[in-house]
Amino acid sequence: MSVQIPYIDEPHPVTGVTNAKLGVWLFLASEVMLFGALFSALITLRLGVNDWPHGYDILNVPLATLNTVVLIFSSVTVVMAWASLKMQNLSRFRTYMVLTILCSFIFLAVKAVEYGHKFEHGISPATSNFYAIYFVITGLHGLHIIGGIIVNAYLLGPGSRMWKTQPERFTGRIECAGLYWHFVDLVWIFLFPILYLL
Amino acid sequence: MTHAEHTHSGHHEMPFWRKYIFSIDHKVIGLQYGITATFFLLFGFFLMILMRWQLAYPGVEIPFIGKALTETGALTPDLYNALGAMHGTIMIFLGVVPMAVGAFGNYLVPLQVGAQDMAFPKLNMMSYWVYFVGGVVMMSSFLMPGGAAASGWTSYPPLSVTANNAQTVWLLAMVFLITSSLLGSINTIVTAVQLRAKGLSFMRWPVHVWAQVATAFLLLLAFPPLEGAAVLQLVDRVFGSSFFLPSGLYIDGAKASVAGGGNPLLWQHLFWFLAHPEVYVLILPAVGVISEIISTNSRKPIYGYKTMVYSILFLGFMSFVVWAHHMFMTGMGVTLSSFFQATTMIISIPSVIILTTLLLTLWGASIRFTVPMLFALAFLPMFAIGGLTGLPLGLTASDIHLHDTYYVIGHFHYVVAPGTLFALMGGVYFWYPKITGRQMNQFLGKLHFWLSFVAINFVFMPMFLMGSKGVSRRLYDQTGYSHGAATQSWNVIMSTAAFVLLLAQIPFLYNMFTSWKWGKKVENDNPWEATTLEWAASSPPPHENFPTPVEVYREPYSYSPTSRKVRPQFSQQEA
Repeated sequence: MSVQIPYIDEPHPVTGVTNAKLGVWLFLASEVMLFGALFSALITLRLGVNDWPHGYDILNVPLATLNTVVLIFSSVTVVMAWASLKMQNLSRFRTYMVLTILCSFIFLAVKAVEYGHKFEHGISPATSNFYAIYFVITGLHGLHIIGGIIVNAYLLGPGSRMWKTQPERFTGRIECAGLYWHFVDLVWIFLFPILYLL
Repeated sequence: MTHAEHTHSGHHEMPFWRKYIFSIDHKVIGLQYGITATFFLLFGFFLMILMRWQLAYPGVEIPFIGKALTETGALTPDLYNALGAMHGTIMIFLGVVPMAVGAFGNYLVPLQVGAQDMAFPKLNMMSYWVYFVGGVVMMSSFLMPGGAAASGWTSYPPLSVTANNAQTVWLLAMVFLITSSLLGSINTIVTAVQLRAKGLSFMRWPVHVWAQVATAFLLLLAFPPLEGAAVLQLVDRVFGSSFFLPSGLYIDGAKASVAGGGNPLLWQHLFWFLAHPEVYVLILPAVGVISEIISTNSRKPIYGYKTMVYSILFLGFMSFVVWAHHMFMTGMGVTLSSFFQATTMIISIPSVIILTTLLLTLWGASIRFTVPMLFALAFLPMFAIGGLTGLPLGLTASDIHLHDTYYVIGHFHYVVAPGTLFALMGGVYFWYPKITGRQMNQFLGKLHFWLSFVAINFVFMPMFLMGSKGVSRRLYDQTGYSHGAATQSWNVIMSTAAFVLLLAQIPFLYNMFTSWKWGKKVENDNPWEATTLEWAASSPPPHENFPTPVEVYREPYSYSPTSRKVRPQFSQQEA
């Protein structure tokens, strides 16, 4: 007899979620604390000095606005990818997943252009605490985007073989990946006004 | 025995490395955690023995190994600092937490909820190996030029930011350890909540499961801010930012060339936001273990099970809002100090309730003085001393005098060493028959207990007196001060006791290893006549724990002090 783990593809009758979904929610709770700590650090640093610069004076607001739109769009496509699976349509799932990943790459490209401009002017984390916290928070967010790309690409490619054998479980995985992607999007929604607009 | 044969025949043989090295079986992973943590606990203890030699005999060559460490054979001040920082780091992050959460949580939580394994077995394997890598990285900092990280386990800036490169290694190792805890805590919560056996409602969880779940939430939510802080300090060190470096910073009389504008207190806030809940991470699993031992060996239900559970949850919640009581002396202001003083007094209430319920469980009980019970009974006054001596530290006025003295060291070591570590040792004696199918030797166990109990009090009790006299906790040689010289003779007593304590662990280790093969075999799967689900499994449990699913019929701890009748959770009979 081998080990049987229940509630992998069906929700637990009491909690109403699968193991993976509960796990992802817990993971996101810890992520909230991680970014929460960094935002708190930003607030503390900002309140501690008189000459904190305004983001809109020294950062590229139009590019960041473009990135905001791109990320929100990708949040829609990742939901559509999941909905397509719910409607048993694997090819449409693939289309939406490709769009999601494409958006992630556009976001990273735009971010690279922004970073490039700063580096050209010799700006680094050592320049000032504003730039330091800017690079740390956007850099960490960028790493989360890359993580999302890896997960989504896996689920689009080799991971999608699971669809044939365990469609319920595969749909659950897409939902979990989607939850994570929404979180990454949500971090940007907070990050954009706090760093760029205030 | 028929159990073991039956399950063995149903297994296909796995190669050695799959079964014992890269195992996904929660029991093997639990033992891996246990063995690794034991190594680190002994190593951290050994570092302290070196330091205690220096404290007792300042500047005297360390016998036998001194010449191998330094040119003169005595500790240098720098090496003393490094050993102090590494002792704290190793004991907490590589020793006690992996033992309490990694080993006990991993091994027992799935068994106690009647699950076949953790919810995510591969994630479980990964969390152990990430911890292992973190440990190796942390150890490797000893090989750095200039020695290991020496900024204390708290790594306060600006000292830590301007320290040598071993500090960077320390930060990287911490990122590994934090990631490992994160994966483990998610796994524990999901397992305990989702994989409960039929009939096991939340209020039928053993106290140990409650304690582990509360601990997992603390690790889950308190560790990420330290991860964030570690990243900020890493950026400070590697990319030259000034998150924690204020403007106008002078180092060695020269103005430091940093951008400035940073805030050293920011690190302390972020650090203690983790490190205060961490204190409860250290103590809650111990409370869980002690509850199981006391209830079983006193043949009584826990006095006020629900009160106990709510106290654990309240304690967990409150532990997030007391962190700045470590910072009364930093000049953060009276308003903040008053707030944190108030919350600190509030958090002592659930702690006292927990202790009281355990104490009242003994009232009218039919106590069996087994070795685990001896450790559990010692835990109660030791934890009480540790907890009550914390109150003067939590009050801002008395903290002015006691802050950063040996009093503080005595206080938290009473909680962690004769508190948590005694509980975990008791736990080893208690669950050993389940893990191996054999009992540990009772005589060696009692020898281990009494020697440790006496020695450990001689180590830590004088610290309260020494601290009251104002001796700072960070002195390399206290004889340079008149109040230090006056109490120097106590250092000799404490150091001797510490060495006896080290020797006292030899019977324990010998017992643990030899009983595995030669210990007395247990007659059945439930040698202590206990009630919780792990005793329904065979000893040792097969890979899938319960070949046929277990069902739960009642609350835990249905003992009777007046008769030998036990009603385990898994037995249907109402007898």
